Amino acid sequence: MDPLQWAIDPWGKLVPIHIAWFLIWVAAIAGLLFVIVHAIFVRYFAKPRQFEPVTAPVVPAQIPEHVPRHSLTARAFHWTMAASMFTLLFTAFLPRVGFQFDWVTYHWIAGSVLTVSILFHIIHASFFMDFWSIWPDRIDLRDAGRRILRFVGRPAPLPERFAKYPLENKLYHGAIIAAGLSAIVTGVFMMFRVRTIFFPRNPYLFSDMTWGMMYVLHGLAGVGLILLITVHVYFGIRPEKRPITKSMIFGWMSRDFYLEEHDPKRWAVGIPSPSRESAGTRNED
Amino acid sequence: MAVIRDVMPAFELVQPSSIADAQKVLEEQRENGWVLAGGMDSFDWLKDRIKKPKVVVDLSGVAELKGIRTTTDGIEIGAMTTLTEVVQHPVIREKYKLLAESAELVASPQIRNQGTLGGNVSQDARCWYYRAGWPCYRAGGNICYADTPEGRNREHAILYADRCVAVNPSDTAPALIALDAKFVMRTSKGERPVDAEDYFIGPEIDITRLHILNPGDLLTAIRIPSTWAGAKFYFEKVRDRNVWDFALLNVASAMVVTSGSIERIRIAVNGAAARPLRLKVVEDAIRGKPPNRATGEMAGKLAVEGAIPLQFNGYKIPLMRNLVKRAIGGVEEA
Repeated sequence: MDPLQWAIDPWGKLVPIHIAWFLIWVAAIAGLLFVIVHAIFVRYFAKPRQFEPVTAPVVPAQIPEHVPRHSLTARAFHWTMAASMFTLLFTAFLPRVGFQFDWVTYHWIAGSVLTVSILFHIIHASFFMDFWSIWPDRIDLRDAGRRILRFVGRPAPLPERFAKYPLENKLYHGAIIAAGLSAIVTGVFMMFRVRTIFFPRNPYLFSDMTWGMMYVLHGLAGVGLILLITVHVYFGIRPEKRPITKSMIFGWMSRDFYLEEHDPKRWAVGIPSPSRESAGTRNED
Repeated sequence: MAVIRDVMPAFELVQPSSIADAQKVLEEQRENGWVLAGGMDSFDWLKDRIKKPKVVVDLSGVAELKGIRTTTDGIEIGAMTTLTEVVQHPVIREKYKLLAESAELVASPQIRNQGTLGGNVSQDARCWYYRAGWPCYRAGGNICYADTPEGRNREHAILYADRCVAVNPSDTAPALIALDAKFVMRTSKGERPVDAEDYFIGPEIDITRLHILNPGDLLTAIRIPSTWAGAKFYFEKVRDRNVWDFALLNVASAMVVTSGSIERIRIAVNGAAARPLRLKVVEDAIRGKPPNRATGEMAGKLAVEGAIPLQFNGYKIPLMRNLVKRAIGGVEEA
């Protein structure tokens, strides 16, 4: 079972043309298996989460009842991206599994929306949000080690509460960047092969081999996104994650959830934190 | 054009004697099965060794698929009926002459003796890049070699191109659309009749085929209702030479004129897109108008709205405009 489909080009060279379509099912089944295994583990085997006690006393009254987490702009970006991503996945893969419709136009329009929204997000995140809050830091890595050791029954100190985003969120964001940017960059070039309003067709922009690799990368990113989006939606509807999902709708999370999951030292809200402020921590994202 | 390279690849030949048997084999084989009707399209593919099916289902022994029968509401033509039989049938010549005229212009007498109506409407695209086995979109690849600055695309699409620019080559298809025919398919869920125009699909829906038949499905018959029997018909095919050639464009119309006005009309063209196009906008615009030169000119202009020529097929736009004009206003009026 070759994961790629190959063809002989007019010059007699063997070139890849795209991924083998069974990978769609591989990604879908892998996503489903992850959901099932994780749900069973959490239901029957997982121990209650424990965090290192906070050292500095926190005065709950100083924390707003509604802790701001995502600005309106950030939420608008997220849901625009979600809508375009779902449109892209449905228009890309439904025709491959038997639902036939005029998909190409919807696909490149959704891709264009996604590209513009991602460009906006890069600028917004770089200059108007706390850029580093979504990247793993030293404490994340140290705590990941502690959590793994405790998971396998080895002695280790308790991990600290999370900063604004748990490590899992940050890693997921990294995976989405890799898959999303791969799909977007290759997709923009692939638009040279269809009729759009943006630029004249030029199917000879690259060699057959380069085009083939581009289609392969686009396909791999696409099936990767099937897996990633499945996992994302699953966590979005899990009961213990719903406060986070709600914050992406309403923009805030409750004070109780904030104090339970997050470390005010690492994600300062309402409490003056000179050291963090000087480092540029803001709450706009 | 394709070059005959070799003898055919080995395959298992199945010769069923009933539709049920044929469909059973096709259901079992799915993508590995190949339907052989008259062989006029199939043998090109097989001898060029571009298509290599494991099982070929030869329908020539299925009597149910042959012959022309009159029904309470028109006629039913078996999918394996030869084009010559269609051309010569007295009822078709009397009431549905549009179909006889279109079938008579298919290829050559020898090909019409062997080729079938079902095969003519279900044949594959004739784009030479595709037929030569290049890995184009229609062949499952990621490029259209015809839609490039240097591509040989004189015969290709001016309307509804979507990555692939190949056209449907059938002559009888637009006539059957104009006659409001129903195509009867046998699928795993039973008999499924569809309107003639819905039998054909463009690349935006499925870039690898020209019709809706899925692997395992079989076109069994074509039913023509009496709705348009005896109407005023027009068929014209334009090709590079007057015999044995595919159409650059063709047009078919069925019109009922009452008191000097067009009461009802159906008009279709082929060779302009990957599917035969029923020109509904034209039909709506000219209903109630006299079938004269002015109406024809208006219809012609409407018909080509949105057309996008490729590098070498710009001539198809005035050609299609004039064919539609002649179908409405008549040759004398044009």
